[in-house]
Amino acid sequence: MADQLDALRDQLLAAIDTASALDTLEACRVEALGKQGRVTQLLKTLGAMSPEQRQVEGPAIHGLREAVTAAIATRKTALEQLALDARLSAERVDLTLPVDATPTGTIHPVSQVMDELAEIFADLGFAVATGPELETDWHNFTALNIPETHPARAMHDTFYLAGQEGTGGIDDRETPRVLRTHTSPVQIRTMLANKPPIRIIAPGRTYRSDSDATHTPMFHQVEGLVIDKGITLGHLKWTLETFLKAFFERDDIVLRLRPSYFPFTEPSAEIDVGYTIEKGKRVIGGHPGGQGGGGWLEVLGSGMVHPKVIAACGLDPAEWQGFAFGCGIDRLAMLKYGMDDLRAFFDGDIRWLKHYGFSALDVPTLSGGVGA
Amino acid sequence: MKFTLGWLRDHLDFDADVNTVAEALTRVGLEVEGIHNPGDELAPFRVARVLSAERHPQADKLQVLSVDAGDGPLQVVCGAPNARAGLVGVFGAPGAYVPGLDVTLKVASIRGVESNGMMCSARELEIGEGHDGIIELPADAPIGTSFSDYAGLNDPVIDISVTPNRPDCMGVRGIARDLAAAGLGTLKPWRPGTLPSGAAPLAEPQDEAPAVRTDDPEGCPAFFAQAVAGVSNGESPDWLRSRLQAVGQKPISALVDITNYVMIDLGRPLHVYDRGTLSGALVARRAMAGEEVIALNGRTYQLTPAMTVIADDKAVHDIGGIMGGEHSSVTDGTTDVLVECAFFDPDAIARTGQALALTSDARQRFERGVDPAFLDDGLTHATALVVALCGGTASAVTRAGEAPLGLRHYRYDPSLAKTLGGLAIAPDRQRQILESLGFSVGEDWQVTPPTWRRDVDGPADLVEEVIRIEGIDRVAPVPLPRVPGVATPTATPSQKIERRARRAAAARGLDEAVTWSFLSEAEAAPFGGGAWTLANPISEALKVMRPSLLPGLLAAAERNLRRGAGSVRLFELGRRYLAEGERPTLGLVLAGDKRVRGWQAGKAAAFDAFDAKAEALALLAAAGAPVDNLLVMGDAGEAWHPGQSGTLRLGPKTILAAFGALHPNVLRAFDLDGAVVAVELYLDAIPARRGTGFMRAAYTPPALQPVRRDFAFTVPAGLAADALVRAIRGADKAAIVAARVFDLFEKDDVRSMAVEVTLQPGDKSFTDADLKAISDKVVAAAAKTGASLRG
Repeated sequence: MADQLDALRDQLLAAIDTASALDTLEACRVEALGKQGRVTQLLKTLGAMSPEQRQVEGPAIHGLREAVTAAIATRKTALEQLALDARLSAERVDLTLPVDATPTGTIHPVSQVMDELAEIFADLGFAVATGPELETDWHNFTALNIPETHPARAMHDTFYLAGQEGTGGIDDRETPRVLRTHTSPVQIRTMLANKPPIRIIAPGRTYRSDSDATHTPMFHQVEGLVIDKGITLGHLKWTLETFLKAFFERDDIVLRLRPSYFPFTEPSAEIDVGYTIEKGKRVIGGHPGGQGGGGWLEVLGSGMVHPKVIAACGLDPAEWQGFAFGCGIDRLAMLKYGMDDLRAFFDGDIRWLKHYGFSALDVPTLSGGVGA
Repeated sequence: MKFTLGWLRDHLDFDADVNTVAEALTRVGLEVEGIHNPGDELAPFRVARVLSAERHPQADKLQVLSVDAGDGPLQVVCGAPNARAGLVGVFGAPGAYVPGLDVTLKVASIRGVESNGMMCSARELEIGEGHDGIIELPADAPIGTSFSDYAGLNDPVIDISVTPNRPDCMGVRGIARDLAAAGLGTLKPWRPGTLPSGAAPLAEPQDEAPAVRTDDPEGCPAFFAQAVAGVSNGESPDWLRSRLQAVGQKPISALVDITNYVMIDLGRPLHVYDRGTLSGALVARRAMAGEEVIALNGRTYQLTPAMTVIADDKAVHDIGGIMGGEHSSVTDGTTDVLVECAFFDPDAIARTGQALALTSDARQRFERGVDPAFLDDGLTHATALVVALCGGTASAVTRAGEAPLGLRHYRYDPSLAKTLGGLAIAPDRQRQILESLGFSVGEDWQVTPPTWRRDVDGPADLVEEVIRIEGIDRVAPVPLPRVPGVATPTATPSQKIERRARRAAAARGLDEAVTWSFLSEAEAAPFGGGAWTLANPISEALKVMRPSLLPGLLAAAERNLRRGAGSVRLFELGRRYLAEGERPTLGLVLAGDKRVRGWQAGKAAAFDAFDAKAEALALLAAAGAPVDNLLVMGDAGEAWHPGQSGTLRLGPKTILAAFGALHPNVLRAFDLDGAVVAVELYLDAIPARRGTGFMRAAYTPPALQPVRRDFAFTVPAGLAADALVRAIRGADKAAIVAARVFDLFEKDDVRSMAVEVTLQPGDKSFTDADLKAISDKVVAAAAKTGASLRG
């Protein structure tokens, strides 16, 4: 009996191990364990056995059943793995084929620099103020101590609005007559609308009737204004130095103040920043007197707000004083990021925008840096 | 304003070199724009003697010279008629650059004869007009020495930018005064008649004073004049000619050169009339309507009664203080002259100059304000120069009117230097600075600016004077006081909306452009036309303020496509300029391929109106607009495709955006082919988010999962998908959380839509009866729109 069982086991296990497909394996299972299966038949014989005989044969026959069942399961797993391998191998694709690129957009350098300015000055307590681009004569000139016949008006190459000639004139505070020639009228609007202390920057579009390689009839400026008690030229110098160091992310920014003239500041100073030559390119920072050569670049106009301007805004110049500065944003962008043609800023050439533009994720932050 | 270092020396004793002078000028606010030494350019040219001159064997008009430039004879071929043995001239050796010819000399063979350099004419060296022959120097000129040294051309020219507030620095003497105050040298004394070479004797009045008067005391408060009879006008002496040439003034004749010289030297414009051309008294008066004058620049100017002119009995001879007239200008034949030294009102000069669009050296000075106390000395000086250089006898002086001195007195507190200027300067030092600039400072610190400083207006100006001379670079930086702790946010809600919209657009693949705020009228027309037109546009293409951001973006898109771009996604965030004001707006344009052809997707695809809608909704959502509640309505405007454009509104009146395909006529006007879609977002219409702090509303995700049911409807032809979906969503507001069209079928007149409805159970799962009831409500609600469940 035992020999018979062993022979049957060998025969069944051999068939299972050599089953090459799941249907063959199923046939093996039916032959062994199906209702008429050979192991099933053996199990049925147990009922007719004497207890003594059953005690001997029972474990042997059950052992055979378990061995066959386990072998089938093992073989099934193996066959399934083979089938999966075959399928996966048939599913191979050429991963060197190109994928459809998601379009990537850009932020214009002017916007990026405006965001950088807002971030730097926010840390110094400055809010961002805005004002109209179609401005009144009064806000753009008169209140800024630029009277009608002042040579500075001719200097500004002002765009005038047609059909407004007959309106209120230089003292009209309501009717727009010019495209603002600078962001300085935002100083006036801010002082009229807010009580000091005031700390603002005002970035925006400005216009002058000028068009050549380095001038465009539309450009961008940022104005800065601080009105408080006890503000001096020293505060102005520190603020601009701090700003330029933060903006260019260099500690070796060297400023040169030059006395100058703006009708709305007194004393007035133009601010030059030192540049040095690195790898043949002008780089802001370092002392121009150093070994590699260098020089000064004019970047800002500034000064202490003229007492007449403070008075024009209804404040007492004996109580309040402060400083103001103005700076070209396009120029700041060019100095920091190295563009050399101002006109390209306003062309909308996507090749230029993709090259000089910034990722949407390049949000200037104090912790991450304001340059990208 | 240009002057030479030598000219400065007439007024200032100093030892400094040109670079030190330039640094000092910039430091006091007279920004140096350039330094040019004409001697540098002529450094290779030397004084040389022609030893012999023979005829060229091959050419009649050429000679073969033997030239000694200090180191032996050299053979030089020369074509100048005046070249001859014994002549002393200027020689350029091979290697020398000849500025007037723009060539660098080299050894050359001229008609078979070797030539080792060149004898030069004045024009070739750009030191004069003479080209009749080579330069002839005195026979005793030292052979072999540098010509520029010999001719005094080693005199650096300094060009400074004079700010509009500094009339005094429109003359060399004013510049010298600033430098002296800044410690660079000592100001030399000056009196009328002073010349570089010494002093000209003052003219003794011998003739009767000329008849002049002013009938326009506002425009010309003072008109001083002196006549000189029997002058002989001609070329000025060399020193005067080279002075003027060095600073870019063309020498004309002695009389004209004298006026230019005094103007540049002392900032005092003058005018000299040929008295022989005048008839009767010379009068300063307002022009009469219709009068005109041919000015010295040869152009005719129409005058108005707002303008001050100088006229005689017959005609206008001078646009007062701006430019003289041709008729009475001096010529080589002039014998009797009248020298005018007048004071014109700066504001009137500025207005007249602006109205005539006429600039001149005289206007620049008069509108800044010349020294009203310098009429007598100026006139005496000019007349002395005329007599000295041109001969003749002077008349007595006529003084018509009086120049307003405009003296102002300010109480000055020296501590202002510190409290305003940030620089502590001892009061004595401040007094010294002010006095050296010509201010008078009383014991009680009452300060009176000098008559030549019309610009100084108040104590802040005095601080500026003191600081700029002491050195503005010495102001030490002082930190702005700051609030302790981390900086507080400063951005306003509208600024936040702009920032989010901008960065969202870039994140969605759009490139940010910045385009002109002004357009042509034609570009603006389909977008409502420009409400604001420039009176003085730079060109017709940049004439009206844009009523929309789209024209600029369309033009940019066209440029990009023309340059070969396959796909253009541009946006801009800026203002539209409407009659009622400036409105912050985001515009975007999608042109070219939406998707390029590909191995997966097949053919390229163009943009359509739904791409525009997707951008509009995404950007509005990013900007914080409640996009779930928006209505799609028509009427985007005439620039848009009438059937494929619309507006997104929050309620019927608040338009947040226009979107869709653009009208083919508009695209044609911009030279654009194919479909171009666009969006304009009206950022100021987006409602600000309510300030509820950082805390969110309480929320727990539902425990039970949602149930989805699909419904297929046959709908009437005119029914908008949105209307059907809204009706369904309203069928059971508690259970239905979403409804979405997921299939659309249109054939002939039959239109059917399949809608997926999402139901969210609350505490208990839906029973079959619940679901049946909800379905019935959905079908009933849809039926009200005319939709029927498809069988």
